[in-house]
Amino acid sequence: MPRTDTMLYLDGVSVAFDGFRAINNLSLVLDKGEMRAIIGPNGAGKTTMMDIITGKTRPDTGEVFFDGTIDLTRHDEADIAMLGIGRKFQKPTVFESHTVEDNLLLALKGKRSIFPTLFHRRSTLEEDRIGEILAVIRLEERRHDLAENLSHGQKQWLEIGMLLAQDPKLLLVDEPVAGMTDAETAETARLLRDIAKTHSVIVVEHDMHFVRELDVKVTCLHEGSVLSEGSLDFVSADERVVEVYLGR
Amino acid sequence: MITQRLLNALGGKVLWVAAILLVIAVLVPASNLLLPVGHPLRVPNYMVALLGKYLTYAMLALALDLVWGYVGILSLGHGAFFALGGYAMGMYLMRQIGDRGVYANPNLPDFMVFLNWSELPWYWWGFGNFWFAMLMVMVVPGLLAFVFGWFAFRSRVTGVYLSIITQAMTYALMLSFFRNDMGFGGNNGLTDFKDILGHPVQASATRATLFAVTAIALAAALLVCSAITRSKLGKVMVAVRDAESRTRFIGYRPEYVKLFAFVVSAITAGIAGALYVPQVGIINPGEFAPANSIEVVVWTAIGGRGTLYGPIIGAVLVNYAKTWFTGAYPELWLFALGGLFVAVTLFLPKGIVGTVGDWRTRWRDRRAISAAKIAPSGTDDSSDPPKVVRARSADPAAPLGASKPQPAE
Repeated sequence: MPRTDTMLYLDGVSVAFDGFRAINNLSLVLDKGEMRAIIGPNGAGKTTMMDIITGKTRPDTGEVFFDGTIDLTRHDEADIAMLGIGRKFQKPTVFESHTVEDNLLLALKGKRSIFPTLFHRRSTLEEDRIGEILAVIRLEERRHDLAENLSHGQKQWLEIGMLLAQDPKLLLVDEPVAGMTDAETAETARLLRDIAKTHSVIVVEHDMHFVRELDVKVTCLHEGSVLSEGSLDFVSADERVVEVYLGR
Repeated sequence: MITQRLLNALGGKVLWVAAILLVIAVLVPASNLLLPVGHPLRVPNYMVALLGKYLTYAMLALALDLVWGYVGILSLGHGAFFALGGYAMGMYLMRQIGDRGVYANPNLPDFMVFLNWSELPWYWWGFGNFWFAMLMVMVVPGLLAFVFGWFAFRSRVTGVYLSIITQAMTYALMLSFFRNDMGFGGNNGLTDFKDILGHPVQASATRATLFAVTAIALAAALLVCSAITRSKLGKVMVAVRDAESRTRFIGYRPEYVKLFAFVVSAITAGIAGALYVPQVGIINPGEFAPANSIEVVVWTAIGGRGTLYGPIIGAVLVNYAKTWFTGAYPELWLFALGGLFVAVTLFLPKGIVGTVGDWRTRWRDRRAISAAKIAPSGTDDSSDPPKVVRARSADPAAPLGASKPQPAE
């Protein structure tokens, strides 16, 4: 497949921290509109891969292209966010001393430079969009509450809501259901499948039950490179994957 | 409708404080000038100058709160911007002396004659003009803050490291201003002022006018800072304070947000310094001393950071205490100041304003709960307590960020 048709294109990416190879010759291609689940044991390089894509970490070698043509290694975090890559962190990071509504307002797509932000006036269009997102993430009741008073699961959803507000082309979602109840997990899977209808998504998750519910192609990482790729059934039948997960 | 919007944009409590300042701006000069000497309600001359000095300090504390309380930049060098604004004003006042100096040289200030300088250095050009000097009062601190912030924030220097280099900045400036060949009067600084805009600096009418201008300037600065912190940019500032990398991942550039706040703050501090100098009658390199900048942090912390009006209260109270203390027990003042800071950090972590606010909400909650208890049971009393909690967090008058003071980083 030509590179220009992909949403995300990683080829031969390596990065080492103090000699430890966190990512080792990693190649991964994500189609436009695709949702992909990434699994792998602790230390497999999942979060480092996210860091590379979002500009937090620069790879030592290799190519990283977004939307076919944009070389992500030449941009910083804020640039990449504006190009259309949104990220949800493993630990829910919302702005705790702001209300739920303000969290979404800050994430809402729009100008990010100083003076337009200073003289910003909230439009009814933005008001409506915030209302829509609140309905999607089921936090309408808590619109005016401080984010610090939300439960853990609600913070996760708020962060997903902030991603939606950014309206990125590609969403990177790191462990969205960590610490959630079964009901919340099912709800989150439904939410992500909904989002995937209109966006490209990468989900990193440990919870196999959740990955099964997503029902998408799975990539298993191990020691910084791709170990196995395919449907969940295919990947979990792969002997090497079993070995990595269960130990030898 | 428009008034309502204005109220929302500026914040209720801040408007009250600004209104009180404006009333003071009228009452204090009026009582000083109109009432006969010896009248019990007359503000004596020395008190006008003293209160004016407190208000310039309050403006400096307000400037610090904008960066410390809202963006989390603990600047230990804000005295430098204050002093630079003061020097710009001092240079104007020096040029107004003309040939009335000791050496009666119409072209050069006394200290330059003393140093055998034959002509005015280029950086003194234009300071004979009041408006040029006023422009420099804002441009010089603003430019220094811009250059300093550009390098510091873009290199992602944060937390205690940033505090240390701000301190180094003011220390370096102090050392260079102490040197005679810098051309700013060496360790004597600039003093012996005669006129400001043609009016004698010492005259009580001039003093009263300077006081009124200071109070009005402080009120204006408070309103501007409040409008900034209540705008969307103000929300981004608090977001940067609490989770800097998160703001970066949604596309903001924290370094520019910080730079904006830092420059606005430095300009405010510069204006405060310019108002300070004619009221105390001297500016010297001692104003750059790191200890001064640290004292500003103490005022701000005591008043309540992240509230804008708290630091104003803190600055006035602490300086009033200082005036009294240095009169009564001069050798004990620094111990008292240190003790005060420790006590506030331990017992009032949100400062005076934050603690009073806490008491008020607690009192209101208790009343709401007891009201709910009194209400006949069975009429949806189960849904009452959460409503109370919600009402509190939605309180638009609650100062932004005052809910949870964060460490400097």
